[in-house]
This record gives sequence, structure tokens and C-alpha cells, in this order.
Amino acid sequence: MKYVDEFRDRGRAAALIREIEALVGEIGASPQRPIQLMEVCGGHTHSIFRYGIDGLLPGGIELVHGPGCPVCVLPMGRIDDCVAIAERPGVVLATFGDALRVPGSRKSLLQAKAEGADIRTVYSPADALALARRMPEQQVVFFGLGFETTMPATALTVLEAAQDGIENFSVFCNHVTIVPTIKAILDSPDLQIDGFLGPGHVSMVIGTAPYEFIARFYKKPLVVAGFEPLDVLQSIWMVLRQIRDKRACVENQYARVVGAGGNPAALQAITQVYELREFFEWRGLGSIDHSGVRIRDEFRSFDAERRFAVPGASIADPKACQCGEVLKGVIKPWQCKVFGTSCTPETPVGALMVSSEGACAAYYQYGGRRARGGAA
Amino acid sequence: MSVIPLRRPARDRIQVPTVTLAHGGGGKAMKDLIDDVFVSAFDNDLLSALDDQARIALTELSADGDRLAFTTDSFVVDPLFFPGGDIGTLAVCGTINDLAVGGAVPRYLSCAVIIEEGMATDVLRRIARSMAEAARAGGVKIVTGDTKVVHRGACDKLFITTSGVGVVRRGLQLAAHSVRPGDVVLVNGRLGDHGAAILAARGELHLDAPIASDCAPLHGLIADLLAAAPAMRFLRDPTRGGIATVLNEIAQASQLAIEIDEAATPLREEVRAFCEILGLDPLYLANEGKVVAVVPEMQADAALAAMRAHPLGADAAVIGRVVAGSAGRVTMRTVLGGRRVVDMLVGDQLPRIC
Repeated sequence: MKYVDEFRDRGRAAALIREIEALVGEIGASPQRPIQLMEVCGGHTHSIFRYGIDGLLPGGIELVHGPGCPVCVLPMGRIDDCVAIAERPGVVLATFGDALRVPGSRKSLLQAKAEGADIRTVYSPADALALARRMPEQQVVFFGLGFETTMPATALTVLEAAQDGIENFSVFCNHVTIVPTIKAILDSPDLQIDGFLGPGHVSMVIGTAPYEFIARFYKKPLVVAGFEPLDVLQSIWMVLRQIRDKRACVENQYARVVGAGGNPAALQAITQVYELREFFEWRGLGSIDHSGVRIRDEFRSFDAERRFAVPGASIADPKACQCGEVLKGVIKPWQCKVFGTSCTPETPVGALMVSSEGACAAYYQYGGRRARGGAA
Repeated sequence: MSVIPLRRPARDRIQVPTVTLAHGGGGKAMKDLIDDVFVSAFDNDLLSALDDQARIALTELSADGDRLAFTTDSFVVDPLFFPGGDIGTLAVCGTINDLAVGGAVPRYLSCAVIIEEGMATDVLRRIARSMAEAARAGGVKIVTGDTKVVHRGACDKLFITTSGVGVVRRGLQLAAHSVRPGDVVLVNGRLGDHGAAILAARGELHLDAPIASDCAPLHGLIADLLAAAPAMRFLRDPTRGGIATVLNEIAQASQLAIEIDEAATPLREEVRAFCEILGLDPLYLANEGKVVAVVPEMQADAALAAMRAHPLGADAAVIGRVVAGSAGRVTMRTVLGGRRVVDMLVGDQLPRIC
């Protein structure tokens, strides 16, 4: 397949891995004292496991799977709010499929659906708006979630609904923004990350400038990375090269998609529709200042939180769950107390076990039994 | 005195355009519907007698082998019609294949339908004709059945349950626990066509994918395969859950490991592209005309040649091997040269969002 197979070439991968091994040697890293690289985005986590990249890398590199799975970081309180909206008579909740199984404190959306709530899987917010046009008697609520990648599509849908005067459409807005979250991770005292693979799709929207502080103030290299296996390998090689040369700057491996200035039209839609929340709660990471957005007053009739009174309760993560430590790279998924025992993809305790982009689900599915203590 | 013929003349078509609750009432309307739609399409003496059961001579069955194979399956596919088939072809082929992978010669099927009131009679006729064609192609007769009509909303348009009996060839002992290290894993063609075709046909994705279901009866291919590789260890059709699920079942039953090679896994370009766009893994997509075969290495070439010589096996390939090692584990050598575990899926494949 054109534009796909080129980025999965076994020979080129082998050549890159030899260069990575050489760099690891020059840096002097070892399995006992590994270099820790965080891939911020869940898409990278998925690629790493899907293609077995972790097993091809030398022992001197340890990959830490970051917070960039938007489904994984949704706290239980927000799921409870969403269930409460979905269970109101006359409401049709439209959601991405990934969010269906995320556990709330009482139930998941999938359980609410089984109990009679009208919940439909959609593939874009435009599908949800089309649903609203088809069902004028129902209130259609779109479960908006994701980083800057999905934010513009939701914003454009709100703008379209406003322009067409659609009165039975609203968004339960859980969009989050990546930069304050990376900053919170960098400020965490128990963190030892040597470099970052930056999120490719988010950067397509916001560009590369917002990451400059990571290089300038925290002195950590960051390479904006694509999602094909050779993209990931080349990005790792680029980060290592900076570490060897004792440099820290923002580089762009994904230049075929990401421009330095991002996508101005998408950014404009974001600015027009959303404003920053003072704080937003993350599963595992707690409350992070300015890390979420809400719908501006101007579009308040499209804000499901204002249209339907939601409980808005803050629910603590389950005590046994160590998603937060996994997200920060303090422990590996299989070192969590409940991994593979009470927390499995069938019965997830923590959100990292829910989405295929969650680090725990990826370990369980693709690396599963090795991680559960069997031979590698 | 002459005997009154039991088969109704063809001109006696029912005139109502839709099925109503009256057609499930057990009276004349129901009898007319069954005669018009099913008896005329399936067209065999055992069914036309319209007794409460079909009676089959044991001597006739025992000519094919020494054991009876008996299976059942329900079909609730949505939409009813899709590129490459419909619920009728699926209901017949699925049950034929469930018999065939046990090493049985499929012989007789039953057909029980649950119809939502309001279904167009013509649609039902079309589906019955599909079943009749598939049965003819599969060398089976549909000899008994049942018809129920339920209130609107009590079922989705049409559900079909088919049961089937077949006769297992003498001496054949296919079992997942009998596979051995070194055995070769084959498949008779490209994977995931049915699952992708159904997803595309639902229209929710707004993807115009030219993918047809692979729905087909496999009894002929399997007969050729067993003749060419009589030491065959195990056969299974990778339907729901795809090939990944079948391989995991074999690994668990045998307490051995299976290694497959991503580069050797046959996939249609359209299905690959479909999966790329939606974030699906073709290893978990359903198939309806595929069989996974585990063969001792010495007969692997013969098995592959037999598959490729059959019209339903032109793209057959060796995809992996059974090995000693981590019991119950399936791994895949990825196109990149890496290795990953191929586990069972928990529920449906959920499309990723970013």
C-alpha cells in the first residue's frame, strides 16, 4: 500500500536500530542505567506494541508511556456526569466507541446503554450533528473528548450548529490540552525522563512552538514524531542524537504533516469556541491548572453542562489503581498491584486498561503474558 | 382413489405484500406462507411432506462414515443483504462449514425463522432462494423448519437458525489438542473480507469500500484437503473473532505456542486500507469462507497445493507454525521484524479516535 509500506520497511528499520544501538553505546546507557524516553501520545504507544518496536530496541532504552490517551485520562466523575446526561429521558448520547467501556463510579456508558439509555457510537462530531437534524424531537449530546487533535472538529460542528440554528444539539465538553499536562509531568518530583517523543497529530494543529519551553527551561529534547514504525524509530534516533551531543531542542520528524505554525484555521476555530478552564481533573494525575477547555459563553446553548444540570462530583480514583504512577513512568504497567488480576480489559479498574491506546491494555494485549511474569 | 398431491402447484403464490402476525398463527395463512416461500424454494420430498420431523434412513447416512456430526447456529446479521451474500447464504454456508471443519460430509439442514411483522414477502422469498442456492451448492437438503412471526420491535427484521447433520469420515480424528510442535498453520485465502464487508455495508462509516463478503461453503475444499493431507490435525473456520481467536483456541487447547508471520498473512489491499483508516486489526475480523488448517510438516506442501487447486483456495498460504514454548500463547513476527503477542479480544474492536 502506497505511503504506508515505505514506513514499515524491515531493512530500513534494521539499519535505524543499528544506529540507535551505536548511539546508546556512545551515551553509555545500559539496562541498569537506561535512558528513559516518554512517548506522550497514545497513538505512539499503540504503534510501539503493534509492531513490536520495544523488543527491537537495545536494553539501554526504556520507553515510558505518557498521558496522551484522551480516553484513559477521563476521571470517573466525568463519566458519571456523562451517564447522568445519557440517562435523561429524551436524550440521545453520541460518543466515540473508545469511551463506552471507561468505568464510572457506578457504571460505564456501555452498562447504561444496556439498561436502556439511548447511546450511539459515532465516528465524528459531524455524525452527531446529522443525528440531531434527523431526530428533531430528541436532544442529541456529543461526548466531546480528545486533545487538540479532535478539538477543531468539535468546534467547527458547534459553529455549524450555531449558524444553522440547531436547537437540539449540544456538546459535553471534555477536551483537554497537552502542554500544561506535559509541564505537570515535568514538574513532578518523582520523574526521570531524559527526552520526549512529541505528539504528531496534536502538533499538526498547534505547531511546534508551544514545546519550546521544554527545551529551554527543562533542558529536555523533544522530537515531534509520526506514527508509522519507521517514524517512531527515527524520532528515537533523533532524541538520542541530541542527548549524545548534549543539546536540548525541539525537532520535527513528522514534517510531512506538521508545519511549524500548525493549522491556523483549526486554531482559529478553537479560539472562537473554547476558553480555558481554571483547572481540569485527570485520572491518575489529579487536577491540572488550565489543562481543559469549556465552551465559551457565546455558545452556551451548545454546552451540555449548562443545558443539563450535571452532578459534577469529583470522585477519587480507586485506591488500588496506580494509573497515575504508570502515566508518569514511575512504574511499569505490570508493576501495578492490580494489573492482570482485578484489572483486565474485561473488567478495567483503571482507564489505562480500557482503550487500545492505554499503556496497560497495550501491555496486556500485545505483551500480555510476558508482562504478567512469564518468560519473555 | 387417487392420492391428493402434497406439493402445492406453483401458481398458488400468496398475494399479500408483507408478513403479518396472521402468518405466524398456525393457520392457513401460515401454511400458505411456508408453502409459497420455503417449501417451493427448498424443493425436496422430505420437506414437502410437511411432517413435524424429517425421517432419514441410518443406512443411507452410514455410507459416508461412522459418526454423526450435529451443529447449530443463529444468524442475526445486519444488514440482511450485503455485497457477496445475504442472511440466507450466510445461514446455510455457516452451518455447512461448521460440519465440514469437523471432517464431516454435510447432509441435512433445518431452518427456523423468526420474522418481524411487516417484512416484505418478496424480501423473504429472495432470502429463501439464496438459502436454496447455497444448499444446492453445498450438497445439502433443508428438510425441516419452523416459522414464527413476532411483533414489530421484538426482533430486528429476520433471525434465522439453522441446525445441520453430517457424517464424519471413518478414521478421521480432528482435534485441537492433537496438534504437535513443528506442525504448519495454513489458511485458504485472504482474511477479514466478511467483517469489513458488513461494516462497510452498514453505511455508518461513509466509506465506499469495494469489499465483498467471502461467504462460501467449504465442504468441497475441505474434502480435497483431507484427501491430500490425511494426517490433518485440526480444522476450524475463523468466523467471529477472526483468525486471532481461532489460533488462541488452538494454542490453549494444545498447551503449545503458535508463531505467525505478518508478512505471510494474506490480505486484500482494500481490507488492509479499510483497517488502516478505521484502526481495526484484520486478524480479528470475521470470515465466512475461510478455514484454518493445522497439518504435520510432511503433508504441508500437499495441503497447500490442494487448497490452491480449489477455486476457494487460490490465495492459500502458510501463515505460521506450532512451536513448543510458552503454552497457550500466539505471537506474530511483525512486518518490521518485531514480535508481539496476538491475544484474544475482549469485546468488539473499538475504532481508535486519534
